[in-house]
Amino acid sequence: MTEQATENRTAIPVTARVSLRVNGVEHHLVVEPRMTLLDALREVIGLTGTKKGCDRGECGACTVHVDGRRVNACLTLAVMQDGHDVTTVEGLGTPENPHPVQRAFVANDALQCGFCTPGQVMAAAACIAEGNATAPHRIREWMSGNLCRCAAYPQIIAAIQEAAQADPVDPAHAR
Amino acid sequence: MSRARTRVDGPAKVAGVARYAADHPGPDLRHLALVTATVPAATISTVDTTAASAAPGVVAVLTHENAPRLAPPVGAPYGGRLPLQDNEVHYDGEPVAVVVADTLDHARAAADLVRVDYEVRAAITDFTAVTDLVVPSPPPRWGPADTNVGTPEPAEVTLARVYTTAARHHSPLEPSATHAEWRDGRLFVRDATQGVFGVRTVLSSVLGLPREDIRVVAEYTGGGFGAKGYVWPHQIIAAMTAVHLGGAVRLVLTRAQSFTSHGYQPPTRQRITVAAHRTGRIAALEHDSVSPTATYGGYVEMAANATRVLYAAPAIRTSHRIAPVNTILPTPMRAPHEGPGAFATESLMDELAHELGVDPLWLRLRNHADVDPTSGLPFAAKDLRACYREGARRFGWERRPLAPRSVRDGHDLVGWGMASAVMATFRFPASARVRLRVDGTVVVEAGCQEIGTGTYTILPQVAADVLGCPADQVTLRLGDTDLPETGMTAGSSTTLSVGSAISAAATTLTAQLAELAGADAVSLTGTTLELDGDPDRVVDLADLFAEHDLVEVTADGSFTPTDTGHSLHSFGAVFAEVAVDEDFGTCRVRRLVAVYNAGRIINPLTARGQMTGGLIWGIGQALLEQSTLDHELGRFVSKDLAGYLVATQADVGELEVAFVGEHDPHSGAIGARGIGELGAVGVAPAIANAVFHATGKRIRSLPITPENLL
Repeated sequence: MTEQATENRTAIPVTARVSLRVNGVEHHLVVEPRMTLLDALREVIGLTGTKKGCDRGECGACTVHVDGRRVNACLTLAVMQDGHDVTTVEGLGTPENPHPVQRAFVANDALQCGFCTPGQVMAAAACIAEGNATAPHRIREWMSGNLCRCAAYPQIIAAIQEAAQADPVDPAHAR
Repeated sequence: MSRARTRVDGPAKVAGVARYAADHPGPDLRHLALVTATVPAATISTVDTTAASAAPGVVAVLTHENAPRLAPPVGAPYGGRLPLQDNEVHYDGEPVAVVVADTLDHARAAADLVRVDYEVRAAITDFTAVTDLVVPSPPPRWGPADTNVGTPEPAEVTLARVYTTAARHHSPLEPSATHAEWRDGRLFVRDATQGVFGVRTVLSSVLGLPREDIRVVAEYTGGGFGAKGYVWPHQIIAAMTAVHLGGAVRLVLTRAQSFTSHGYQPPTRQRITVAAHRTGRIAALEHDSVSPTATYGGYVEMAANATRVLYAAPAIRTSHRIAPVNTILPTPMRAPHEGPGAFATESLMDELAHELGVDPLWLRLRNHADVDPTSGLPFAAKDLRACYREGARRFGWERRPLAPRSVRDGHDLVGWGMASAVMATFRFPASARVRLRVDGTVVVEAGCQEIGTGTYTILPQVAADVLGCPADQVTLRLGDTDLPETGMTAGSSTTLSVGSAISAAATTLTAQLAELAGADAVSLTGTTLELDGDPDRVVDLADLFAEHDLVEVTADGSFTPTDTGHSLHSFGAVFAEVAVDEDFGTCRVRRLVAVYNAGRIINPLTARGQMTGGLIWGIGQALLEQSTLDHELGRFVSKDLAGYLVATQADVGELEVAFVGEHDPHSGAIGARGIGELGAVGVAPAIANAVFHATGKRIRSLPITPENLL
């Protein structure tokens, strides 16, 4: 068996211009057209809070908000989000001034190694805003796209319930 | 003292500012992409890097033909073959080339252009087909390959069974990543590792560099579970490339590569026999386990270890054999040894209880081992009876009907099962330093790792307890070979081992302070010392330090595991309720109740997370996790998290965890033992036994999937 299937491929020497508004800041990028939003955030803009766990939409570690909706940043190309508003975990809150979801994650021990945590936090904030954080079984379903191998799952549910009470459903996102 | 404390690294982690190995930029950072073998056994006939070398942004392409020569690794566990040194392939996924480029895109694109031709050899990946089994040579702390004690008694009931467990992959959410910089004749490495000192030792030996010229740092590691304990080829490749080219390089494994780059839990085939009297007393136990290893190394999964310690049988015989196959070397994975092994031991006990028509918990109490039945040594602290009692009470076990298929809930058959948990206590030598500054801040230094277990939070609590100050006054520096040396953060050993070293250092520090202050004992509060427990006798640190012309007071401490003449194990009892849909064969774990004795619990908040995490790992082992090998192609079929199933939120039911027992005076200096792996033991058999109770079907192969239950 060989790598012959790829022998005629060459790197495509084209680039694309992309404008992304990330955490309220305009970024004008020149990127490889196949670059994912995830790689653009991490490698070009330098926002490494968003994590790459699988690069194929299976783990949720790269969850960000695009125009307020949660997406896996590895499953969308940067060029597809031209002109859109992106929020990463760095834009949600800071250690000194955390978002209620971030505060609840710490208070409820809803993290261990912390690698999935930015994605969990972003998914949780969206889950609450969508109105899907109404009961534990419902949160479980709506948070099942975010793997936590340390398995802090019960604590994550507790954190989301606590944050949902502190931060009522945003009517703009309610379905 | 035991005190719930939220994680001090929590705020940084939830805000995404905690930086992991792959998160560090650099002006001259180059990206590496591996080319890995697509066959499990071969000789590389040609490797053509012409197109890759000419691709945009490519700096270099290294293969076995042009890579720097390496010396054999010594001094720390290494799980691979030396990378890029010869034209041999021993497993699918073995690195055969590495591309160095200016961007990640360019490196990946060029890696696709490397053409490798193989002379393929016959490979074997099915360990059950291997006939020439090998007697392993496990590390002494794992125990011998074989044991045989006592004389079997004549028995009225004999059950001989075969249990199997699946190959599993650790799958930490952080793929392994190594950032290496070579500047001014020194190597600096940021690594996703469970042991910075092991990485330094291996790199020092293979690269021929003095240890003092290598610094390895791991501020945060995004989960390990064993995968990042041994050193593996990708770490050598990154360091070798940095030294070869100069400047900084970063190598991040793809998720697919992580299935072939740093070991896996080997599948096991366990033959286990129990002979018993009708009275319920065990007359003899035999447990023989076979598991695969690599063609080039001898990892053994010590599955029969559980049977060596669990029950007071008059005769216990165990053995382990390994079968060389064409995969990367298997490696410990949460929970090793007793993890796969207790499935056999504790399922068989359930079978025996059913055969005898007795309650499974009663049978375990009937055969309770008051001393280690293989070594004859007393246990350091056991309290398993209390675990059984407390677990049964919380679960409501006394309401369990004895007969299988007794309980229905709509479409579901409901079953209750239980099992014992047991895990050997691993300890490593450790050293630590404690510094007290004039402003009252305490800095603890120890080169261990934070892999999610709460090290940053727990170890300052240990120092604070000795010094008498609040834990918030203490910060921990870790994950750096410039700090005092510790063992790897593996085997649930860190709190016990490093905590004991910190306790010793803090004790020495308080003695020094007492001497400076002319007191017998001191206690630190803010910037003052209280002398001899008298609130009216206090001395200000500023005055004391000025008087003695000091800017800080420093003390070193160490921990050396010593033989105290005890069998060091932690125990627990796990109770499970499952619901099996009779039409679809789907099994849901409705609730788990688990009670453990793991010595003193330093931080109940993080400890609970360790145990519930372990229980969920057990759910994965029981119902989800298996890496299937395609024996035609000689490779794992699903190198991704869509095909390799780990537990998600939706798989988790109600979990209840409690601890019994307290200070263990024998294992270390702080009364604690390891907990992280214990929680993942005993869950699978408890679930399997509950499945039997629900359905009447005895499943002897993990994971239990719907087709088993239809």
